[in-house]
Amino acid sequence: MPKVTIDGHSIEVAEGTTILQAARMIGPEVAPPAMCYYSKLKTSGGYCRTCIVKVSKGSDKDPRPMPKLVPACRTMVMDGMEVLNFTSPEVKEARKGVTEFLLLNHPLDCPICDQAGECHLQDLSYENGSAKTRTDFERRTFNKLNVGNHIQLHMTRCILCYRCVKVAEQITDGRVHGVMNRGDHAEISTYIEKAIDNDFSGNMIDVCPVGALTDKTFRFKSRVWFTKPVDAHRNCDHPKCSGKVVLWYQKEEVLRVTGRKDQWGEVEEFICNTCRFDKKQTSDWTIEGPRHIDRHSVISSNHYEHMVKPKELTINTIKPLIES
Amino acid sequence: MQSLTNRSKIVQKRDLTFMEKLYLPAILGGMVITIKHLFRKKVTNKYPDTVREFTPVYRGVHVLKRDEQGRENCTACGLCAVTCPAEAITMTAAERKPGEENLYREEKYAAVYEINMLRCIFCGLCEDACPKDAIYLTDRLIDAKYHRSNFIYGKDKLVEKTDERVDVSKRKKVYTLS
Repeated sequence: MPKVTIDGHSIEVAEGTTILQAARMIGPEVAPPAMCYYSKLKTSGGYCRTCIVKVSKGSDKDPRPMPKLVPACRTMVMDGMEVLNFTSPEVKEARKGVTEFLLLNHPLDCPICDQAGECHLQDLSYENGSAKTRTDFERRTFNKLNVGNHIQLHMTRCILCYRCVKVAEQITDGRVHGVMNRGDHAEISTYIEKAIDNDFSGNMIDVCPVGALTDKTFRFKSRVWFTKPVDAHRNCDHPKCSGKVVLWYQKEEVLRVTGRKDQWGEVEEFICNTCRFDKKQTSDWTIEGPRHIDRHSVISSNHYEHMVKPKELTINTIKPLIES
Repeated sequence: MQSLTNRSKIVQKRDLTFMEKLYLPAILGGMVITIKHLFRKKVTNKYPDTVREFTPVYRGVHVLKRDEQGRENCTACGLCAVTCPAEAITMTAAERKPGEENLYREEKYAAVYEINMLRCIFCGLCEDACPKDAIYLTDRLIDAKYHRSNFIYGKDKLVEKTDERVDVSKRKKVYTLS
């Protein structure tokens, strides 16, 4: 079992584990941010470079440091490896540069974007970015492409993480979209403008780290932080669908249905399009209770998880002071 | 009894003198003070004939600004509502349709925008939060009304008219980022 030390925290992991996976096993205090890596999707990672770390000691056998910063999602751990993430100023500097490059063509239309509030690029640039841009050039724009009734594609916001392409490859039956062109001209597109029509295509919305793929049924309905997330489940007929979802309520109305995201922002189980787009009545679901949202998230504002409703505080529950 | 502070005074009640018993000098002294005030500069204004001058930082009724071409700046991003400590702001967004480009600046706009002026504490956080230069607090006052429903200001009252613009140049902040 190789032993790896990340920012001074040691852990023994199985052979073939990547640095990113090992860091996530230790916890969020050492885990580097990841925009393209997705643990549920095979061969994801290696595109965005936000998870770059410094390997200050290669292994016990060869203790030389690695000459360059390495992507944590693609580098396997070695026995005795020592990794610096947040403790290295070099990594911080490089990550700031990566963030600047990711934002190079990003329109920064967060006030309009439906992803705002749960956007990984927003978090990343808040933590690592600079407040001002240095770009003088025009940002990329694309012709609007209709990819179906359920999903809205905003190509200008895309950071080309390839996650949605991996979903199409691995979760859905047939891939109908991919990345066209190369380099600066690369874009997510469907073959001959063919609409994405698949039972699991809605998961692209959940895996998209930015607002490039958003829910058309939720488009401009509300802001994420005005909706109340509630865990719910139903018995879905689809054999591959887990039926475990989060319902996003505004008052009594379900505005949006998404998969349940864990602390790394990855969905725990993929859900089918019927659950996501068609079941928007409370009667369709078995409600489990309010979803816990990290209190540092803007979504947690005005959410009262442990609130006791006044009607539950009946007189019978209050014990009399003097028992007769 | 021993005094604790040595500052207490023992008051002796004595009879008034003849002059004091007349009361006239005291009354005249009071009248002199009263008459002096008649000739001083007045501290009050005769509202509404004269209106007090506001400081540039005065925070009164909000305005939803339009840009130079008369399009509404607000995109219903909800940042004002989430930052509002009194939860006075509510809004409903809508998508701009083709042909409405001269009405709304961005793809999304606020179809309904309401501020409950009875809830509002005029802290100005909405103005600080606004990323689109849309909402500003002005030196205007809320009209007195009899019914509570009159204090929920919708877009009809908040959005500035294209022919009578509201000057907010004094409240615009210049941010310098390093």
